[in-house]
Amino acid sequence: MSRTLDAQRRYLGLERRVKRENLKRVWYRFKRSRLSLIGLSLICLLILFVGLAEFIAPYPEHAGLYINFKDAYKPPSLEHLLGTDMYGRDVLSRVIFGFRYAFLLIGIVLSLVVPTGVVLGLIAGYYRGTIIETIIIRLSDIFISIPYLVLALAIASILEPNIYNAMLAVSLMWWPWYVKLTHSVTASLRNEPFILAAEAQGASTVHILFRELLPNQLGIILTKVTLDAGWVVLIGAAISFVGLGAQPPTPDLGTMVSEYSKYLPSYWWMSMGPALGIVLIILSFNLLGDGIRDVFAGD
Amino acid sequence: MLLNIQDLYVHYKSYWYINKVLNGVWLRMVEGERVGIIGETGSGKTTLLKSILRILPQNALIPSGVIKFKDIDILRSGEAELSTVRRREIGMIFQDPMAALNPVFKIKDQLYDVVKYKLLAEGHNPTKEELHDHAVRVLNDVKLPDYERVLESFPFQLSGGMRQRVMIAMALISAGKLLLADEPTTNIDVTIQDQILKLIDRLVKQRGLSTILVSHALGMVRQMTDRAYVLYAGDIMEEARTSELFDHPAHPYTSLLISSAPKISTREIGEGIRGKLPDYRFPPIGCRFAPRCPYALDKCHTVKPKRTIINTDHAVACHLYE
Repeated sequence: MSRTLDAQRRYLGLERRVKRENLKRVWYRFKRSRLSLIGLSLICLLILFVGLAEFIAPYPEHAGLYINFKDAYKPPSLEHLLGTDMYGRDVLSRVIFGFRYAFLLIGIVLSLVVPTGVVLGLIAGYYRGTIIETIIIRLSDIFISIPYLVLALAIASILEPNIYNAMLAVSLMWWPWYVKLTHSVTASLRNEPFILAAEAQGASTVHILFRELLPNQLGIILTKVTLDAGWVVLIGAAISFVGLGAQPPTPDLGTMVSEYSKYLPSYWWMSMGPALGIVLIILSFNLLGDGIRDVFAGD
Repeated sequence: MLLNIQDLYVHYKSYWYINKVLNGVWLRMVEGERVGIIGETGSGKTTLLKSILRILPQNALIPSGVIKFKDIDILRSGEAELSTVRRREIGMIFQDPMAALNPVFKIKDQLYDVVKYKLLAEGHNPTKEELHDHAVRVLNDVKLPDYERVLESFPFQLSGGMRQRVMIAMALISAGKLLLADEPTTNIDVTIQDQILKLIDRLVKQRGLSTILVSHALGMVRQMTDRAYVLYAGDIMEEARTSELFDHPAHPYTSLLISSAPKISTREIGEGIRGKLPDYRFPPIGCRFAPRCPYALDKCHTVKPKRTIINTDHAVACHLYE
């Protein structure tokens, strides 16, 4: 009895140690590239801005509707690091609040798109060669065949222009890419002997889809998700820029660029602020994505 | 009768053609029997095993045939019944232990899943400790020392022999009655091969399992089976008690096959058999071996030979014996 207890304790210790070692290995692979570390810290910084915008922004009340013509059109200074706009609002404060909308866009779009696309792709790949695959893949082909920005703009223009419909529009054009990715990986894994072995041992279809096929491509999916996060912001900004997304005075980065572009080039700092914000988000997600790809790339 | 396969046809669809692989295969075995299937690469051995578990690829068609396992009609049973059979009645050892384990999970997780499925099929919902105990027990059965390390390893961290043992352990969990071994030693080196074979042999005897051993290694089949079937191009050519088959092969293919195996006693290499396996898209209409057979009669090219009993426990499908 005491021996088995001892063995069990030893085993639990080993389990913990292995877990720790695996985490260590992941961190080691990630930090090998300095750029992915920079990406990670930028993302952390942005998340901090998103969570604590009210406390970090120098003039939190400038985010929405606020008018103070006395301070309008001021170039960057110590008081207003990115200058002020035509209503006298601090551009930096608005950009910091703009991150909140950008992350909202990323969160909602990806949480709609990734599960839908991945599940459909898994099903299509698993039922390879059947009518199910044909329907799913042809449907996503139809979506993909239309240039994505045109499609998003078309959808957004049908709907009432606000930030949620812009998210819907981006989601509708985005899901087929995940179907394509998951489908192609799944189809190539489908006839791997370990899938066959799982079938032979009586595993259910759900088990094979989510416990065998999905974990084997998690790395690819996660990398794409991170790289896509930046693109979602860009497309969202494009939709807002043409006036089909969030409406002023919402401090959305795309909307701000569009609003302020009228004042170019004399008051260049106005549109530069939100534009830099967009660049910062895209850059940091791309750097992070590269790091994640390195982690999953294997030895 | 444990397993009864009658007149089984399996075709594979390809883009333009249909590959007619299995061509009316029969196979019968009683409980406790160890059956061997001998055949060249590409003769349909693995297809036959896969159809017993109905895990053929999606492009496979089964135009006709019956596979009865005990009283269960495998080809016509529902998904639920089939999964019970797969979870607790029949286990299968796959050809390639490198590929038959999921690369992203630890051995632990994979073993737990198999144990869980088996116990669920027996109507018992196991706790984590039970899963662990069961997994450790099978690892001990396959003589894997240091089970703690093995459980925490990913497949790529184990050697080929260890991986094959893990595969055997998994197959044993779900093999309540029948163990299918698909060339269990092709991918491991000779010294380990011997150990693995002895291990399988001992476990099968201990647990009173029936086995189907598929191989192109004649010596292995000779040692490990009671009865053997010779499969050529999707046709059963001959069936007999293993000793009888090797001592008095009746079918020309069998005798040529046996004589072409290299022997240690002589320095010569056997003559081999002229020609190669037929194209499954356009297989010969008569006996599928006829184009290569030195004794072929006219009707061998036009009429498919029937199963003819020539001795107790010895049947052959050849016009020379009709």
